[in-house]
Amino acid sequence: MLRLLSLALFFAAWLIGSTLAGPQMLPGPAAVAQAILAEARSGALFLNLGATLARVALAFALAMTLGTALGILMGRAPAADRLGDPWLLILLNLPALVVVVLAYIWGGLTETAAIAAVAVNKLPNTVVTVREGARALDPTLDEMARVFAMPRWRAFRHVVLPQLFPYLAAAARSGLSLVWKIVLVVELLGRPNGVGFEIGIAFQLFDVTRILAYALSFTAVVLAIETFLVQPLERRASRWRLRSA
Amino acid sequence: MNDARPVGDSDLLDVRIVRKAFRSASGERADVLRDVAFTLAHGEVGAFVGPSGCGKTTMLRIIAGLDQEFDGAVARPCGAIGMVFQEPRLLPWRTVEDNVRLIAPAIDAATLGALFATLGLVTHRAHFPGELSLGLARRVALARAFAVEPKLLILDEPFTSLDHPLAARLRDELAMLVERRPVTTLLVTHDLDEAVRLADRLFLLSARPARILAAMPIRQQRAVRSEEVVASLKATIARQQRTLEA
Repeated sequence: MLRLLSLALFFAAWLIGSTLAGPQMLPGPAAVAQAILAEARSGALFLNLGATLARVALAFALAMTLGTALGILMGRAPAADRLGDPWLLILLNLPALVVVVLAYIWGGLTETAAIAAVAVNKLPNTVVTVREGARALDPTLDEMARVFAMPRWRAFRHVVLPQLFPYLAAAARSGLSLVWKIVLVVELLGRPNGVGFEIGIAFQLFDVTRILAYALSFTAVVLAIETFLVQPLERRASRWRLRSA
Repeated sequence: MNDARPVGDSDLLDVRIVRKAFRSASGERADVLRDVAFTLAHGEVGAFVGPSGCGKTTMLRIIAGLDQEFDGAVARPCGAIGMVFQEPRLLPWRTVEDNVRLIAPAIDAATLGALFATLGLVTHRAHFPGELSLGLARRVALARAFAVEPKLLILDEPFTSLDHPLAARLRDELAMLVERRPVTTLLVTHDLDEAVRLADRLFLLSARPARILAAMPIRQQRAVRSEEVVASLKATIARQQRTLEA
């Protein structure tokens, strides 16, 4: 209920803003909705949303898998931690734009370079979060698994992963929003399609309506992923917590 | 320096710990265990009684193979180890039944059902550990240790911080399980009563660094130890404890 109210407030503010600033600077919700419909009818909207979504998914999956593996390694092995830490610091502080531009120069304006650049931007973030989780692993449960000679994979799946889950969820949450923002930059600079590319064109034409149409459409997609995928998954994985006394 | 691998086809538990030391934060070496040596035959229940902090848990960790840094050797019977730690150490994100099944995947439904029935866990199968009382959680830990059909059962003060009647009930359930399926068992406790009721052999440990002060066999069958027998055994041991410590 409160959520709906907050959403209504958002649209009201938008309407007022649009009447104050004029439709050139800030077109109203109706105009933007019309633009979305027009793009949808021509098929361009879905093509661009799909292209962006595919890039987000690939870069996200790459950064999460690699980051989780590295994070666990660095959290568990002090030598690996000392070796990897300076690299991590450099990567964390390297601006996204630098990584993107360098990837395009070295790898050409290719899909691989684009996705790799986004993944590299997200990677250190995942590593740091998962490393924190790996450091906090409960040694008493580890001993239990060892005494009972649990096979490695089963111990990882049932003893280690559930302990890492809150950290993985946090990395995924912040990751999803970070990745899609960087994907737009990558598309703006060197891809012939996608939401970022469309926004780049609209920028050149000062077409605020189109910018908002694409931005809002993709935000809606991300919100849908969050509500229908991330949250149910989280609820499922933490049901033992909800029921505990 | 030490050999902690299970050896050969022997069913014996043979423990020879010459020395176990910890390095303190200031760099000094402090001995925790000194010359702890004993042997338990198949199906024998050995109980260790000693003052708290004397190194009992350290000894169990060495025997379980969790701590390899000691002088000496441990030969374990071949096969699975079942251990009940001082805390239940269950996986909070798995149900009671899954906690047992994950450790003992080969267990069949009938055996598991019987085990849960003995320990009064039938109605708690689908519960998560966070929903259980400490007494129930300890029972799950016991069930888990028995479910692997261990060749060696290690119990580290399994009934501490439980109220008296409950501890007594769990102790009887444990006796029943050991009676039904004989297993070499190592029990550490500071409760003389518990030790006298469960053990075939009783070991008295000294204060730190722990040594075995005395080893005494209890010849009477567990099932027929009456209250009088238990009381007289306790009195004898307490007397011995005093003379040894003096």
